[in-house]
Amino acid sequence: MSDFGALEKFLRTDPRDVGCDEAMAILHIYVDLVAAGEDAAGRYPGVAAHLLACGPCGADFAGLLLAVTHG
Amino acid sequence: MDLDEESSVWLSRLASRGGERQAAERELHARLVRIAVAEIRRRSASTPVTGQELDDIAHQAAADAMLAILAKLGDFRGESRFITWAYRFVILEVSAKLGRHYWRNPPVVLDAGQWERLPDRFGIDPVRHAESAAMLAEVRRVVEDELTEHQRRVFVAIVVDGIPLDALAADLGLRRNAIYKVIFDARRKIRRALIANQYLTSQAGSSDE
Repeated sequence: MSDFGALEKFLRTDPRDVGCDEAMAILHIYVDLVAAGEDAAGRYPGVAAHLLACGPCGADFAGLLLAVTHG
Repeated sequence: MDLDEESSVWLSRLASRGGERQAAERELHARLVRIAVAEIRRRSASTPVTGQELDDIAHQAAADAMLAILAKLGDFRGESRFITWAYRFVILEVSAKLGRHYWRNPPVVLDAGQWERLPDRFGIDPVRHAESAAMLAEVRRVVEDELTEHQRRVFVAIVVDGIPLDALAADLGLRRNAIYKVIFDARRKIRRALIANQYLTSQAGSSDE
């Protein structure tokens, strides 16, 4: 990777990325798997790819995980 | 469905009548308010909301989430814990409400087109701005020449001007997914152009070329 890492990372897309609608539809299932220490990303690789790439969905994931683990 | 004990109790209480149901609804609502307040505070760096406004947004998010939860109770299939399913509604409500709240006092207006700030947005060291200029000029060329007017407007708002995606979705009356798809397609198109013009190298397995 060059010194323009953030730009390169932003431009790189993952074909497994399922998009916001599909990721948010099962966010509760995904979060429960993560909270239980299970391999959520292995079970739902398209959701994992999306959460890494989409800031708002990533924020929703982090917020829901925090709510169920520390809420 | 095979439910955990806590979820079964929630469903049973919310399906009951009279005082038991009212107590369950009060308890759930109080939890939703608490989660909404915590979530708004957690996001304060990107969308500052304090004082009475924070309280108002939290209560609105909790009330709307509560309505949705009660309306969709029959859709709960036990694929997660009930409380995780329920909290998802309030987290998504907070996102949507903060997106709308952004426009009360926006630091950037729509269509500002602050291309000069793009190097900072991607954390490019000022001493390398000159070096990055050609590559960023190519990014701009693709955006201006190869994207549709709608795609260009969305890309400039989100990537160039840093408007939060949920705020743009609220302003344009679009779903978050519709905005994301535009940005996703633009990312692919720009990357292909940067590789074709040798600003970037293609890395096997790292993108859907």
